[in-house]
Amino acid sequence: MLKMHSVTKSYNHRGKRVLALDDVTMEITPGDFVSIVGPSGSGKSTFLLMLGGMLRPAEGKVFVDGESLYDLNPEKRAALRKEKIGFVFQTFNLIPYLTALENVQIPLLLAGIDGDEQRAKAASLLERLGLGDRLDHKPSELSVGQQQRVALARMLANDPAVVLADEPTGNLDPDTGLAILTFFEEIHREGRTIVMVTHDHGAASRAARTLKLFEGKIVDG
Amino acid sequence: MKLRTLVWREIFERKNQLGTSFLAILLGISVIVSIKNITYYSEKAVARELDALGANILILPKSASLQDYYSADLQQEVFPEEYVGRLTNSDLQGLDNLSPKLSMPVEVNGKQFTLTGILPKNEFQAKVAWQGAGIFARPEGCGTVVAVPGQAAEPTKETLSRKRVIETIGEAEILLGTDMATSLNVAEGDSVSLLGTSFTITAVLPQTGTIDDSRAFAHLHTVQRLAGQDSLLNAIEVVGCCNAISGGLVQKINKLLPDAKVVTISQIVDTQIKTNRMMSRLSLLFLVIIVLVGGASIANYMFANVFERRREIGTLMALGAGSGVVLRLFLLKALVLGVAGGLAGYVIGTIIAVVLGPRIAGVPVLPMPVLLLWAFGIGIAILLAASYFPARRAARLDPVSALQEV
Repeated sequence: MLKMHSVTKSYNHRGKRVLALDDVTMEITPGDFVSIVGPSGSGKSTFLLMLGGMLRPAEGKVFVDGESLYDLNPEKRAALRKEKIGFVFQTFNLIPYLTALENVQIPLLLAGIDGDEQRAKAASLLERLGLGDRLDHKPSELSVGQQQRVALARMLANDPAVVLADEPTGNLDPDTGLAILTFFEEIHREGRTIVMVTHDHGAASRAARTLKLFEGKIVDG
Repeated sequence: MKLRTLVWREIFERKNQLGTSFLAILLGISVIVSIKNITYYSEKAVARELDALGANILILPKSASLQDYYSADLQQEVFPEEYVGRLTNSDLQGLDNLSPKLSMPVEVNGKQFTLTGILPKNEFQAKVAWQGAGIFARPEGCGTVVAVPGQAAEPTKETLSRKRVIETIGEAEILLGTDMATSLNVAEGDSVSLLGTSFTITAVLPQTGTIDDSRAFAHLHTVQRLAGQDSLLNAIEVVGCCNAISGGLVQKINKLLPDAKVVTISQIVDTQIKTNRMMSRLSLLFLVIIVLVGGASIANYMFANVFERRREIGTLMALGAGSGVVLRLFLLKALVLGVAGGLAGYVIGTIIAVVLGPRIAGVPVLPMPVLLLWAFGIGIAILLAASYFPARRAARLDPVSALQEV
């Protein structure tokens, strides 16, 4: 269960206070597939990072499976993220000097899994995403769509219960974007909770539920 | 995959940016290693030269004056032979050969010479009370010439003229200085009569250019008997280890023998001390330079590296890396660079020392494996110290601003 209670967050931008989230309260039940839509600057990415334990709210609380995320110290919060949460970024954020296989191994390395098991699991995930013949390619040697698939394999490496995706199709052509959304539906059917920030209404419609953010408030959903 | 794989790959990915900073550390370590290597062999060579010069400490009666080092024992002042026992039974380190002497004037064929009594080394070893005192043991680090097993011992006359020590001499044997032998027109194997006692000439000493050329050397106890001065000496000549002299050996002998005067060939020892000090100061200067320049350069590179890798750090944090993992990632990189810099610095520094040492210091220089530990120590310490604050900054990065996604 993901839960926000009276969460507020603001930034100072060139001396002006910008309200990113304004007294947001909401719940996402386990196994839900939620899309977050709204115009640029409406607070979507802030919302997602806050759910992932990456951005402390100015006020209010965020809960993951009943645990108040920001009452944990940073190390425990990182451990919870490693165990339960998978991130997908719009720009993929692959480590440029590592191969596809090694990029997928990172979460497994952080989880303390030994080398052989890391390689076997990472290779199996990349094969599942159709990249079995690209294991030793660096990101710069892969297409944009292939890079996003490596990022998806990396996100799944620790078998997270919650997937937080920030514009996962934003940089992709329509066909590749469609394939990624189909993959999201597939992992949703496995029982994972998915929260996806998107500008694309077509992509948002693939989710079971849509939350609309406007000027830091949830105005629909 | 392990954390070190990440470190290794990143180093090679951005090796060009690393180059200049690494080069500063590498050159610094190379210079320190080469200076230390050359200094070590240079000190050894100087110490060997000092040893070749012979005795470098002279113990005289308190009232004796020191006009000429080689004639200092030709005065009438005496002190007890028992002083030798005090020295041999003391725990003083750095004493090599002891040579107790008693001199007296003699007239032969109307010409004036000096008869000097000298106690041979074999009689030191025969005295039970002096055994185990280690007086003839080679002082550690002294650099004095070590006898090679199986190699013929130095001839008696060579030892006496160079080291002013003699291995054996019989009660009726005598060694003559070259001027005295020429003046008396005698040679090895001849006999000569001094103060009514007949001596067999066992050797004519090589020319030294000192007053020793007009001396005759006989057994100490024979000379003491002829002079009527039993158990008395004019002087004790000592080969002191140069390092021990610079470490205060003269003062220690003075303390042990408060009624004697202890002097050294001070200018030679001073030169050695000055050379040692200059080399150690030079090493220290380079160490300071490498710490300041190399350290600042590495710190600058590491701060830039952290800035450049913000997104990567943010991604690792999003994937569950705690601040400890990020800190380890950067410190491990510093450790890898420190080990690499130490190893490469040792190799380059040793090559420089071996190739340039003979030209700069005029001595053959060999590699010193112990300096590898020095090189590792310096390299790792500087890299870790210079990288600590950048690494800490990386570990404290706000993952959101690092990702630049907001």
